[in-house]
Parts: sequence; structure tokens; C-alpha cells
Amino acid sequence: MTMPASSQPDDFRHFLHQALRSGSFMTGLIITLLIAAMAALSFIWTPYDVTNLVVANRMQGLSAAHPFGTDHLGRDILSMIMVGSRNSIAVAIVAVGIGMGIGVPLGCWAAARGGWLDEVLMRFNDVVFAFPALLSAIMITAIFGPGAVNAIIAIGIFNVPVFARVARAGALALWPREFILAARAAGKGKALITIEHILPNIASILLVQGTIQFALGILAEAGLSYLGLGAQPPMPSWGRMLFDAQTRMMIAPNQAIFPGLAIVITVLGLNLLGDGLRDILDPRLRRER
Amino acid sequence: MSLLEIEKLSLDIAGMPILKGMDLAIDAGEVMGLVGESGSGKSMTALTVMQLLPNASRTRGRVTFDGIDILSAPEAAMCRLRGDDIGMVFQEPMTALNPVKTIGEQVAEGIRWHTGANRPDAEARARAILDRVGLPEARFPLSRYPHELSGGQRQRVIIAIACALKPKLLIADEPTTALDVVLQKQILELLRDLVDENRMGLLLISHDLAVVADMADRVTIMRHGEVMEAGETAKILTQQKHPYTRQLAEASVHVPVRNAPSRSGSAGVAGRGGAHEDPSFPPPPGPAGHPPHKGEGKSAPLLVVEGVTRDYAGRRKSLFSKAEPFRAVDNVSFSLDAGQSMALVGRSGCGKSTLARMILALDRPTSGEIRLLGQTVADKSEAELRPSRREMQVVFQDPYGSFDPRHKVERLIAEPLHLLEKKPARTERREMVAEALHEVGLAPSDMDKYPHEFSGGQRQRISIARAIITRPKLIVADEPVSALDVSIRAQVLDLFADLNQRLGVAYLFITHDLTVARAITDQVMVMHEGKIVEEGRTSEVLDNPQTEAARALVAAAPDLERAIARRLGETA
Repeated sequence: MTMPASSQPDDFRHFLHQALRSGSFMTGLIITLLIAAMAALSFIWTPYDVTNLVVANRMQGLSAAHPFGTDHLGRDILSMIMVGSRNSIAVAIVAVGIGMGIGVPLGCWAAARGGWLDEVLMRFNDVVFAFPALLSAIMITAIFGPGAVNAIIAIGIFNVPVFARVARAGALALWPREFILAARAAGKGKALITIEHILPNIASILLVQGTIQFALGILAEAGLSYLGLGAQPPMPSWGRMLFDAQTRMMIAPNQAIFPGLAIVITVLGLNLLGDGLRDILDPRLRRER
Repeated sequence: MSLLEIEKLSLDIAGMPILKGMDLAIDAGEVMGLVGESGSGKSMTALTVMQLLPNASRTRGRVTFDGIDILSAPEAAMCRLRGDDIGMVFQEPMTALNPVKTIGEQVAEGIRWHTGANRPDAEARARAILDRVGLPEARFPLSRYPHELSGGQRQRVIIAIACALKPKLLIADEPTTALDVVLQKQILELLRDLVDENRMGLLLISHDLAVVADMADRVTIMRHGEVMEAGETAKILTQQKHPYTRQLAEASVHVPVRNAPSRSGSAGVAGRGGAHEDPSFPPPPGPAGHPPHKGEGKSAPLLVVEGVTRDYAGRRKSLFSKAEPFRAVDNVSFSLDAGQSMALVGRSGCGKSTLARMILALDRPTSGEIRLLGQTVADKSEAELRPSRREMQVVFQDPYGSFDPRHKVERLIAEPLHLLEKKPARTERREMVAEALHEVGLAPSDMDKYPHEFSGGQRQRISIARAIITRPKLIVADEPVSALDVSIRAQVLDLFADLNQRLGVAYLFITHDLTVARAITDQVMVMHEGKIVEEGRTSEVLDNPQTEAARALVAAAPDLERAIARRLGETA
């Protein structure tokens, strides 16, 4: 069985047409692709080795050799930003993956079964929601020790209720529709209907939510590493760079400005992408044929 | 000079011609019926008069209302006209009101805006007009919200808003299409009275010739943006000079040709004698049209419903009191023979659809039993239900909501094949789908298209193809033609009749439209507030209803021939 969304050339052409006309979508897409390309490039080439400390070059300003300057240990800031993007993206991708992988099945299950199960799952969701996400992430990393893996798990857990909510709301709106009733009259079970009819029809809202959660994931990772609970040295990360730079804000502002800009631009790009996607995919904005 | 004059009006929207040289005139106190099928430009004519057209529209021609040239009037002038001198009533009472404002606010809003009246004065006037449209303050205070009202009551609120300032012209765009026949009659009577009281002009837009024949002094018949014929209602509809007028009139009284097994009236009697004369009728079913008595002789009825009741949890009045359950279906019993066609008629909200869902095992009865071919349907797991599900399928009302928009027709029609013990291989599946498409009059090549590529009538055919692919013995059809235009409706009814004949499938036809019930069914059951209050042969029940509920339905049903006859009587 093929994925219906991709086998619908008409829809795809419509999507492309809309996408090319949407300013925010294209801007977001270009920024996101550039950041991704930067992360990919860092695997094969960076201007300097970020694990190589050259103390003689420490605290340099902007120059041709070091376009963004160097930090207090003589590492090249541009190279650190490039390598740090890997960490940010990886953490955010896996965290969104965990959120979707657990949240979407839970939400669909709750919508399909209804009754007390729905009630229990959603109240549990509320409980997770009620914890301030960052504080709880700090708690988790404090208990299990700091590190990139624990940061991923902590951020991922807080994505679960978000996706569960979105999936449940989308599925609930579909269940009373006549084509679902027809599928039930054709003897299909709830699991099969969810896979065949519900998921393809809520895929677009999940995609939009995914890009937004991705941006939030990057922010959360930066926050955790800023507190020293994310990726550990010598692995560079944007949040950690900000932390290292803050005591020297007055004498070497470049050390804080560039990682800060990296975070802002990435999150902005992803948010624009998500906004654009929502405008394009929102069925209410789409002309009904 | 007429109140509203439209001369040679042409309209393009984004380059698409919508109206072509349209002419129309309405005098004060006159009801003009504007008739046509969907897409003929009826609503766009109304929106042109209101100047509420979408952005990319271009108009040519002349529209004058009360001496004002509408097409060149500035927006500020139109704002003064709309809701003051021209009122509009929309089709969908569920969405035409703002759900977060009370009905009083919504009626008073227009009064305050146009007359500058202060709040108490506007509210007093709102109270008066709501009282006039049949929502007296004692029972419907101004502080009610739209969701607390039924569809018919909401439509009254919308009429109150439109008529609050005694407009010179009221435009009603399919004002009763979303309502059942009894409400339709009440709303039409209200509109007629308001026209007479205020010498208001009424532009009544409808696809239903019978409604228009009943209401309108003159009619304009439109097709593809052009006026086909216009003139006095009685004359136009009796002479039927224009071929399109004739086509519309014939379609709206269309009765499919059906013979032996389904014309149960006589066959029922013959069947009792044991002689069954139709050879095309596959495996010996029970005598067709057998009155629903206990199984006589060899054949048991196809479907037996015994004492079925369905309660829904009601709203709790307080935290500690137990919720009063709402009884949607109340102790319903009937039986249906193979090949028989039975109508289930009743007003909206009477429990018809709930009953249908229980028969289809999509909902479970609170008590009672439903048996299909001797097998009980309720309280079974999905796996145990399979043999029963194979024998019954469903056709829904909404040709747009019945299909997963992301699947191709082949997959949509093949969905019930899931019920077969042995799943057909891909080529075999395609053959079966092609066969089903052929049965419903579509081309096998249509199976590679998506549902949005089809018109409403074609989609309903696809829906029927999906229902017959497992060769079921029973099809439950929930208002299958009420969303279709009259000519399409006639074709789909023909198809139902034909399939009944060729495949011997029995129907449970749920409808509030008695014309449909009369056209296609042998037996009819009238449902009222969850109970079946009357049942019998369709023609007998509809010609001679015994109960109050049935009489109300019959009296309210618009009837083209009766309406024309009455009009002729008036003029003569």
C-alpha cells in the first residue's frame, strides 16, 4: 500500500504552487536548508579543529583568519557554531521523533477508543503539561546525569503530550465523518481505520506541529546546555558557548553574539517554515473542490 | 418602475463567466422564484444584488434597486442598504448566526446600526420582531444563544434579523433546504405572511420547483448563468414551453419504472399465493412486499428488528442528580423481507438515523434485538460480525463527506472487499471494481481518479458502487438523494430502482422527502419521537395517513402538481 499523500500528483502540484507563492514558507525553507547544510559540512570540513586549543590565539576579535573571532581557549567561533549545529539539530530531531513516535499513537488510540481510556490518557497528558518543561528537564538530567542523551530524552518526553493532543483532536474530528462510518460498515477495525484513513488525513497538521516542536527543541537544548546539562565539553554546543561567553560580554561581545544569532536564526527559520506550511496545508484556507 | 430591476447582467469571477446577460425584475409585494440547479448562478445573482461578491469579480449590465444603481454604488451606500432596505436569509441556519452572541444582540445589532436607536429601543424592536416570527419572549428570551435553538428556530432568528427593519426586498437563498418538510412549510408560510404584511418584494431562490410553485407569483428559470424562461408561475409550469423547464418539472415528479418484485402493492398479494412471476429475481427471496408479519412458510424475513431502544446519556442538571437519559429510539419493531424496499420517514431528529446505525451495527441498542438473516447483529465482536456485514451496506447523504479524499476510487469502492473470507488478488479486485462501476453507470477507467474529480451525482453513484460490491442483500440508504439536484436525483433514484430489480437487493430508505419515498419504496414506516407510529404500503399510508405525525408530514410535503392546480384555481 502506497502512502496516499505522495501518490496524489494533483495535490502535490497544488502544494508546490502554493509553496512557491508563500514568502514565509520559502524564507523558512531556505534558512533551514542552509543551517542543515552547515551542519552537514561540519562533518567533512571546518575552518579549524574545535578540539584543538591554541591558547596563544585566545580572545581574538574578528579577522580574516577567524571571521567570528576566537574564544577564551583560542578555539575558532565559526567552527564551533558549525559543529554545535550538529548537536542542536540531532537533539531536536530525536526529541521530535520521540514525541511523535509515542504521542501520535497515544492520541490516535485515545480518539479511537474513547471512554475511560481517553479520559485517563488525556488527564495524564495534562499532568505532564502542568510541569514546567525546562524545570522538569533539569530534574531529569540532574537525576540521570548531564549529557546529550539525557537532554534528548527530557525534551522528547515533553513533546509527547503535544503530539498526543494534536493527533487526538485531528482524529476526533474525523471519526464521525461518513467515510469513516463507511469503512466501519466495511468491517474494518479501529486500528486499520486509523492507519488507512485517520493518519493520512492528520499527517499535515502533525507535520506543521513537528516543525514548531523542532524549533522549540532547539531552544530547549540551548537552554539545557547553557545550564551545563546538555552536551558535555569538548563537544561544542550553542547554549554552552553562550554560557562561556557571558562573563566576558563587555570585553568580547562577539563570543556571545554569534552563537546567539545562530539560535535566533535557526528558530526563526523553523517557525517561518511551520507558519508557511500551516497556511498551505490548512484545509480551511484551501479552496474546496 | 419595479423595485429591483436587473438588466443584461453579466458576471465573471477570475475570468470564469458566471452570469450571461441575465434579466429579472421584482415589484413590491411580489414573490419571484429563481429556480435552477447547483452552479446555475442563482446565488451569485443574489450576491450581486447585495454587492457581496468575491474579490475577483467583474460585473457588466445594470442593477437598479429602488432607483439606486447598485453596480456603481459606493460601499458606504451599500452598507446602508444591506440589512435595512434589502434583507437576506441564508440556507444554512447552523452557520449563519454568530455562536457567541445572543439572539437578542444579533437582531438588535442591525437595528442600532441602521437607525441609531439606543439599546433599550433596539431591544424592544428586536423583541417585537422575534415575537412576530414565532419566537415569543416568554419562551425565547433575547438572552438565548443560537446553540440553544433548533434549526427551524434559528432560521426564524435569521428571518427576524433580515426583516427587523421592514426591508423593501428580501432575498432568501434556499431558506428551507436544510430543514425537514414540516419546518419548511412553517418557514415558507412565515415568509409569505411577512411579504403580505409589509408589501415586501421576495426573491426566493430554490432548486425545488414544488416550493417555488407554491410560493412565487412569477418564476425565472436559470441554467448555466442564463435565463431560460421567465413569467407567471402557473403559466410557465403548466405550459412548460421551454424544454429545460419541462425537464426540471419531469425530474421533480420522476418515478422510476419498477416492476414486479418491488411494486409490492399487488405483488404482496400475489406473493402470498406463492406465485412469483419475475424470473430475473435472484435466489428465491421471500415473497416480495410481504406485509411484515411473522415468517410465513419457508422464508424468514431478511431483517428483523425487535423492541429496539437506544438511550443517550443526557445532560446532568447538577453535580449530584443523575442525568436524565434521552431516548432516541423507543421500542421499535419491524421486519423487512428480501428484495423489499422500505422507507423510513420522519422529521429531523426523530431517531431515523440512530435506528439505521444500529441496524448497520455502527451503534449498539440499549435493549432489543436486531437480526439479519437470523444472525443477531448487536453485541458481537467485529470478527463475528463479518458475515452479517457482508450482507448489508450503506449509502450516506453527503456525496462529499462519504469518501476519504486521499484515496482513489478503486480503493474506495474496494473497501468492503475487506469483508470477504478470501481477499481477491489485485487483478481480480480491479475486475470487481470495474464491474461495480459498470453496474452504476460509470466507466471502469474512473477507478484511477480521486473523488473530487466527480460531481455530486457521480459521487453518489460511486457510493452505491461501494455498497453493492459485496453483493449485499440489504442496503441502508440515509437520505441518499436529498443533497442532489432534481435531475440528478431522478437518475440516482432510477439507479436504485434498477439495482433492486437486477440484484434483488432490499432497501431501507431513510428520508424526509415523501416524493422520494413514494417513488421508490413499497412499504413505509413513519417515525416520530423515536417511535414508529404508522406503517403500511407506501401509497396507502401517504394517501391516507392515520396518525397526527404522518398527516403533518404529508400535508407539509411540497407537491408540484397540487401547487400548480391551486395556482390555476386562484387565477381562474
